[in-house]
Amino acid sequence: MKIPYYPGCTLKTTAKNFEDTTLAISNVLGIELIELPRWNCCGTVYSLASDDLMHQLAPIRNLIRVQEMGYNNVTTLCSMCYNTLEQANQLVKGDPEKLEKMNSFMDQEEDYTGEVTVVHYLTLLQKEIGFENLPVKVPLTGLTVVPYYGCLLLRPEEISIDNPEKPTIMAELLTVLGADVADHPYKLECCGSYHTVNYKDVVCEKTYNILNSARKRGAEAVVLSCPLCEFNLDVRQKDLKKELAPMPILYFSQLLALSLGLDDSLEFDQHYVNPEPLLKEKGLLR
Amino acid sequence: MIPKIAEDTTLLEKVEELSGEKVYSCHKCGKCSAGCPIGAAMDLRPHQVIEFIQANDWNVLNSRTIWLCASCFQCAVRCPKDVDLTKVMEALRLLILREDADQVEICTLTREDLEQLPPIALVSNFRKSTG
Repeated sequence: MKIPYYPGCTLKTTAKNFEDTTLAISNVLGIELIELPRWNCCGTVYSLASDDLMHQLAPIRNLIRVQEMGYNNVTTLCSMCYNTLEQANQLVKGDPEKLEKMNSFMDQEEDYTGEVTVVHYLTLLQKEIGFENLPVKVPLTGLTVVPYYGCLLLRPEEISIDNPEKPTIMAELLTVLGADVADHPYKLECCGSYHTVNYKDVVCEKTYNILNSARKRGAEAVVLSCPLCEFNLDVRQKDLKKELAPMPILYFSQLLALSLGLDDSLEFDQHYVNPEPLLKEKGLLR
Repeated sequence: MIPKIAEDTTLLEKVEELSGEKVYSCHKCGKCSAGCPIGAAMDLRPHQVIEFIQANDWNVLNSRTIWLCASCFQCAVRCPKDVDLTKVMEALRLLILREDADQVEICTLTREDLEQLPPIALVSNFRKSTG
């Protein structure tokens, strides 16, 4: 299958490993990701004010790019991009007056008709490929992981990729890959998000609580889908005031690539806590 | 700070206009405060912010809480009265940001921060903390 792909800024920089592993997986699974031409930053956060249409233009402009390509769906990896694109999309789908105003403001663009659907890559794997059909070559036997969903894949409810209070999508995927999946009470709890810029202590407190809880439930690694959560849970470990044994943080795509035998696509140099020793100890990586 | 706009309107009216939420629907069950992941660091708990608005008390704008709210939508998902407190918090922030009172100065960030922080961290922070 072919599907337009919106990468977003961070997938080209601090989360290049997330993009590269996903491209490698897609290649094996027969998913052709077509990167949007001339995509722009989505704004990263959905604008919540009723009178602020200016900040809805960036996400909608990207959906116009999809429309120009002749498609009615687009996939993305970053939780923040997914959330911003889909919330803006639902806003204009439900409010023709606002859509008309934005279309007339963007008079150099073709009108957005509100017919594009934003699909997170996890949903694409679940619905279009089916987790049970994944050609697993290297089962993740003996590796205990916990999924960490954070906020923006699940909330608000209208854009949730799963049950917003009891999600199972990542656990289902990881179970199919052969990992032992533990549950933990902090899987939905915000990591502190952008406070990592100017309230670092708040984020460190969250990081400690989330990872400590995961550790108590037996986790050897935490699996997620958001490059900002990744930064806060991984890189902020060096700033913790309380002692905590290093916890590897992995994108779901990295474990999927590993289990599909795509070792060559894995890049661990962008991690603060290197997951390689753990994966070697488990016999999953040469 | 109390914005200039306070001379022409009430806090309740302005917040309801900007957020599109009915603040008086809140019946103070406290679920928002119970579930807030950053509540422990706040000077006012989320449900207390609502009480300030109901009382038209502009001093709520001096609270750390409105800047500590990270728009995680946990309160919005759990509210039994469908008051989206995430939008209410955004409205309060905008009352300050629209009077040109930025909360973060980019020039004070260290080179190390700028080099290692993901673009989404910086962009979202500036979107929420500057006007």
